[in-house]
Amino acid sequence: MSLIARHLEANGIPTLIIGSAIDVVEHCGVPRYLHSDFPLGNPCGKPYDKDMQRSIINQGVAMLHTVTKPNSSERTPYEWGENSWRDDYSKVDDSNREELSRRGENRRKRQQAEKAAGLTRSSMIADG
Amino acid sequence: MTEVYDVSYIERTRDYYRAQGYEKDYVWAHNINTPFTLLSKPLNKCNIGVIVTAMPDTEEGRTHRRVYSTLSTPIPKTMYTSELSWHQSVTHTQDICSFLPLEQLNSLATEGEIGSVAHQFYSVPTEYSQRNTIEKDAPDVLNRCHTDEIDVAILVPL
Repeated sequence: MSLIARHLEANGIPTLIIGSAIDVVEHCGVPRYLHSDFPLGNPCGKPYDKDMQRSIINQGVAMLHTVTKPNSSERTPYEWGENSWRDDYSKVDDSNREELSRRGENRRKRQQAEKAAGLTRSSMIADG
Repeated sequence: MTEVYDVSYIERTRDYYRAQGYEKDYVWAHNINTPFTLLSKPLNKCNIGVIVTAMPDTEEGRTHRRVYSTLSTPIPKTMYTSELSWHQSVTHTQDICSFLPLEQLNSLATEGEIGSVAHQFYSVPTEYSQRNTIEKDAPDVLNRCHTDEIDVAILVPL
């Protein structure tokens, strides 16, 4: 998504990214970024929390007014609550090492079959 | 109690791929310079476009990863997110407003804070291939923005 934002911006369309993977976005370099420090999936606010969702979009829209230089980031003031999700995402340890190895084998077989069928598009690994 | 820190998704993804037997690490996009465009008119005159990584929850959207345009009204009740790398063990994507901010932007348009919400929003697939994104999807999205007369874009990766 960062690459899309950069392309639009380079062609005259101002952009704002609202996301939750700050290292990925800042590594790429984007014009304006609003960071929700949440588990991946709900960057615009916790599910069903209308006030928070509205406040986050308001903050983002305000950035469109105030930001005057690229690579500008802000954070929302919200916290998810308990923090065990930070350690949990895509965790690799002895409890899942064998399973992951097996999953990789299956994924490669599937990719080969897709390639043979002429499908050229492949997503990132999608396991929360 | 878990310490509060920014999760490094670059590191986590690298370790996760390695654990699945991939020998080459994924190389994340990195740039020295970043393009920047100031708004050409006041926000209350701007047509705001929305771009998400969720696909339309249709037979086509669930099976074909590509750029889609979907009408912004009525707001879809669901989007297809199963293939995305969101944190499935701790949250969900059943409330569309948590990643597709059309309802919030409609309110801002009603209040006159923004000019309008574009009549279509776009889905863009997350791609392993940066080449596909740069050479195919990004120009495609730009064309759609021009056609729909979008002045400003808000992008939400899940």
